[in-house]
Amino acid sequence: MKEYLYFPGCSLEKIALSYHLSALETTQKLGIKLKELEDWNCCGATAYFHVDELLAYTLSARNLAMAEKEGSVVVAPCSACYKNMYFTNVHLREDPDLAEHINEALQEDNLTYSGNVAVKHLIEVFSNDIGPEEIKSRVIYPLSGLRVAAYYGCQILRPKKDHEDVEQPQFFEDLLSAIGATPVDFPLKLTCCGGSLLISSRPAAYSMIYNLLYSAQRAQADVIATACPLCQVNLECYQQQVNQEFGTHFSIPVVYFTQLIGLSMGIPPKKLGFGKEFLSPKKAIDAIKNIQSQEEVITQ
Amino acid sequence: MSDQFEPVIIGFTCNWCSYRAADMAGTARMKYAPNIRLIRLMCSGRLDPTFVLKAFAGGADGVMITGCHPGDCHYVEQNYKALRRFIILKKTLTQFGIEPGRLKLLWASAAEGAIFTDEVNKFVEQVRELGPLQWPTSGGGLERMFAVPEHMLVKEVTA
Amino acid sequence: MTEKIGVYVCHCGTNIAGIVDVEGVAKWAAEKLQHRGVVIARDYKFMCSSLGQELIEKDIKELGLTRVVVAACSPHLHERTFRNACKNAGLNPYLCELVSIREQVSWVHTDKAVATEKSKAIVSGGVERVIWDEPLEPLRVPINPATLVVGGGIAGIQAALEIADAGYHVYMVEREPSIGGHMAQFDKTFPTLDCSACILTPKMVDVGNHKNITLLTWAEVTNVDGYVGNFQATIHQKPRYVNTDLCTGCGICQEKCPKKVIDDVFEAGLGKRKAIYTPFPQAVPNFPVLDKANCTYFLRGTCKACEKFCPTGAIDFTQQDEYIQVDVGQIILATGYDLFDVRRMPQYGYGRLANVFTSLEFERLSNASGPTGGKMVLRDAVTTPTSVAIVHCVGSRDKNYNSYCSSICCMQSLKFAHLVHERTGAEVYNCYIDIRTPAKGYEEFYQRLLEEGTHFIRGKVAEVTNAARVPEEEGKLIVQVEDTLIGKQRRIPVDMVILSAGLEPRHDAKDVARLFGISCSADGWYIERHPKLDPVATMTEGVYIAGVVQGPKDIPASVAQGAAAAARALGKIQQKEVAMEPIRATINQDKCSGCRICNNLCPFNAILFHEDKMVSEVNPALCQGCGTCVAACPAGAISGTVFSNEQILAQLEGLLLLNVKQLEPEPVPS
Repeated sequence: MKEYLYFPGCSLEKIALSYHLSALETTQKLGIKLKELEDWNCCGATAYFHVDELLAYTLSARNLAMAEKEGSVVVAPCSACYKNMYFTNVHLREDPDLAEHINEALQEDNLTYSGNVAVKHLIEVFSNDIGPEEIKSRVIYPLSGLRVAAYYGCQILRPKKDHEDVEQPQFFEDLLSAIGATPVDFPLKLTCCGGSLLISSRPAAYSMIYNLLYSAQRAQADVIATACPLCQVNLECYQQQVNQEFGTHFSIPVVYFTQLIGLSMGIPPKKLGFGKEFLSPKKAIDAIKNIQSQEEVITQ
Repeated sequence: MSDQFEPVIIGFTCNWCSYRAADMAGTARMKYAPNIRLIRLMCSGRLDPTFVLKAFAGGADGVMITGCHPGDCHYVEQNYKALRRFIILKKTLTQFGIEPGRLKLLWASAAEGAIFTDEVNKFVEQVRELGPLQWPTSGGGLERMFAVPEHMLVKEVTA
Repeated sequence: MTEKIGVYVCHCGTNIAGIVDVEGVAKWAAEKLQHRGVVIARDYKFMCSSLGQELIEKDIKELGLTRVVVAACSPHLHERTFRNACKNAGLNPYLCELVSIREQVSWVHTDKAVATEKSKAIVSGGVERVIWDEPLEPLRVPINPATLVVGGGIAGIQAALEIADAGYHVYMVEREPSIGGHMAQFDKTFPTLDCSACILTPKMVDVGNHKNITLLTWAEVTNVDGYVGNFQATIHQKPRYVNTDLCTGCGICQEKCPKKVIDDVFEAGLGKRKAIYTPFPQAVPNFPVLDKANCTYFLRGTCKACEKFCPTGAIDFTQQDEYIQVDVGQIILATGYDLFDVRRMPQYGYGRLANVFTSLEFERLSNASGPTGGKMVLRDAVTTPTSVAIVHCVGSRDKNYNSYCSSICCMQSLKFAHLVHERTGAEVYNCYIDIRTPAKGYEEFYQRLLEEGTHFIRGKVAEVTNAARVPEEEGKLIVQVEDTLIGKQRRIPVDMVILSAGLEPRHDAKDVARLFGISCSADGWYIERHPKLDPVATMTEGVYIAGVVQGPKDIPASVAQGAAAAARALGKIQQKEVAMEPIRATINQDKCSGCRICNNLCPFNAILFHEDKMVSEVNPALCQGCGTCVAACPAGAISGTVFSNEQILAQLEGLLLLNVKQLEPEPVPS
């Protein structure tokens, strides 16, 4: 069994508990052990780097230093955590002056970081480490007919890393196809959900969420699948407010991709965190005729 | 100010790019340290490492080699050869006891008078900090080089 | 034998004298360098003036000077002036050195005392160097009066016609089946809105008919040997499968050919051609070409319709590749450009969204002999757009792609706007960064477009998308752009988007440059000898460049450069021989051990190796004088004129004032 260090971040154990549960269930079934990083701290989220860069680097670097003690790969399910750690890692490796400075700070905790950790996003683990072919072979209940809008969000692929296609990536859709679902043409799949603007500038965030929901609805998506807790919260929890603001009637469930993968692999929905949503995906998923046993049906 | 050590720097420039950069610095009246004296070559590829050694041996405290940016050499690719020689030369010089900070390579195109000026100034300060070279072949240095420090002299010990 | 050296220190008005004590430097030279051979040292206000030069000439004649050192401005300015002065007085011009105490001293230093000391050192360096100077003669090489023009676009055509009209022979090589280049694809040309084909075809016909031009189309140059005045070029003539002696250009073969193929060269992928085809009706030469890769006969052994119907029996399926060697004196490269591949900017939707067009596609769309007969319609070939957005600077002025400006796209975009207004009455939105309309008639053209009611939006388009946000946007292409002049984001729904793609060097420009021994800049455009003062010559003697291959430019500028290159070539042809600076390397064959390290160092392939004698030799006509081999030879067998080891080392000693400090030789350490 491959073992990776797991960085849940502030959201996964609370508001994004379903992501946490489904992530652990599916990875375990697919042969990857996610071991929670010892004594991890907040990654700084989207705001901190704009407040104080050095302190923000130190926060992420502490996580990397802790990770270096236990292993060589750390997996973050949240795109903001991923982005902060990934780029802290890159900058520390490329800028020896910065590394020296940050390590000086880490010394206070008797820690040091030497650049030997790789940072992955959870979806990368499914896409690259496991691969859609392997996942397809483990599918028991293909989600045929379920139209899913694959919402990448903006922080998975930006800032740009050399080897990635930032305009028309397909890896998320490939995963959805592997589990039998139908990924729809969702042109706003890389467009920002507003992130923490929901706190600082709510009207701006609402219009961004509105655009995404409109686009998903236009594509006749049954559900939106996300890979980041912030995206999920923004898109699901504020649909009512958006409806009020824009006079619309959106009612699109927003789930985590790991929940869908888990369903297709026959893991009981309760174990995947279903039942905690504002907008239940029950209708959509029940409509899939391939789900056999009755007690597997999601209860709200 | 006059008590300060003034290094002597020899700069090798290539006719097409870096010499013209120096000319451009002049035409634009940019100011740089007068410690540098330039020699014009047709190409940085003409630079024979013995020129550099001769410069140091003759009393220069620093040597700057300049040429066209990689890819822009007037003679197509000869600056790459200059680069290769520079790398080996730097290693060789350290074995002679010459600090690597005394040799510098700069690519400057004909339009980069400002860069030429800045780099010359930086280099002069860099060499100033290293102090005079006083390589053995000039100014009685050989005696100094072979002189044994006091504390290492064998002293007779009375029984 | 000590030389008799004259030293001349120039005041250059106050340019030098204001900072450097020029009289002091002259006096110092006369005194301190006397033991090195300086017999006279003068200072004068303006050495480059005729009076200044006369000073030198007089001293040479009266004092019998054998060497001259002038301390003044940069050799790039006046080396030739002083060398000529020496020549006039009977002294070999290569025995004169000009050292710079202006650009290198008086203009860049402020401390007068230090500047004066440095000037003395520089003069001393010059004196030491000049002692080692040798009398030299420029090299003279005869010129073959024939010229090779590579590329049959408007620049190449102009160059060829100028030379041929002057009575000298031209070989023109073009890789497409017809000459004409990109200009043949255009509909109208700015700012006059002349029909492109109408102004181009008479010139094309002239080329085709000219008795002094050998036109080789569907051909490429594969090898070039030799040097200025004496090139041997090998040309690969690809088989047309048509016997050009018999073909009358009647066109029946094209009519009868059953195989249609998408024409992605001339028609920019919008239209079709047959497997046997001429790219356009006014093609020169008017002989079709058979596309072997798509021909039914070559693929399956059947059909042969063209052969059956050809009235003169000109179809020849057995034709072979031919390699022709031509001898020429000079070469003009006018190989043009490729369009920036807009698929590299997926946010503009080309290929994904149907009604996004490139500029070349739009040219074909608006051209009356194009695939839609000049009707400006969408990809469905039926609908006329009611609104069109034209995006400037696609792939240009962008550090993610090409940082340079492609020069012609603003005018081209305005031209498109005008044509759309004229033919469809649609609303036109030009999204630009700046409007660049500098040349004759261009600004007026822009004003005209303003009056026509074109909407100009100053902003770089962020995205072209079909993701509608509101029902009114459904079915349209949305252009998302920040209108910086009003400070607002705009979403403009249009039917058609035209991308004014930037110009790029040909995909194989680097390889072609290497073939001809010239170099490309980092962007891939060919490098001219001097960006301001010598735009059509290259660093390689005898090879010239003209047109967009040297950098993006419009048709008048390309024509001017074609004519300029022709004039340069004709000038050399007139002289019957060319004189080259004698900065050359020579190999002393007695010292050469045949290690061949030098052979691969030469980018001009100027070093030959004699297998029989096991020594290398430098061809002085190919050698460009860089000196890399001189520095590399482990045996010291290679010497370079004008920049010899002795000269450089002497200059070094002079600069370090070793000649003054040590009047005795260095004691040998025991």
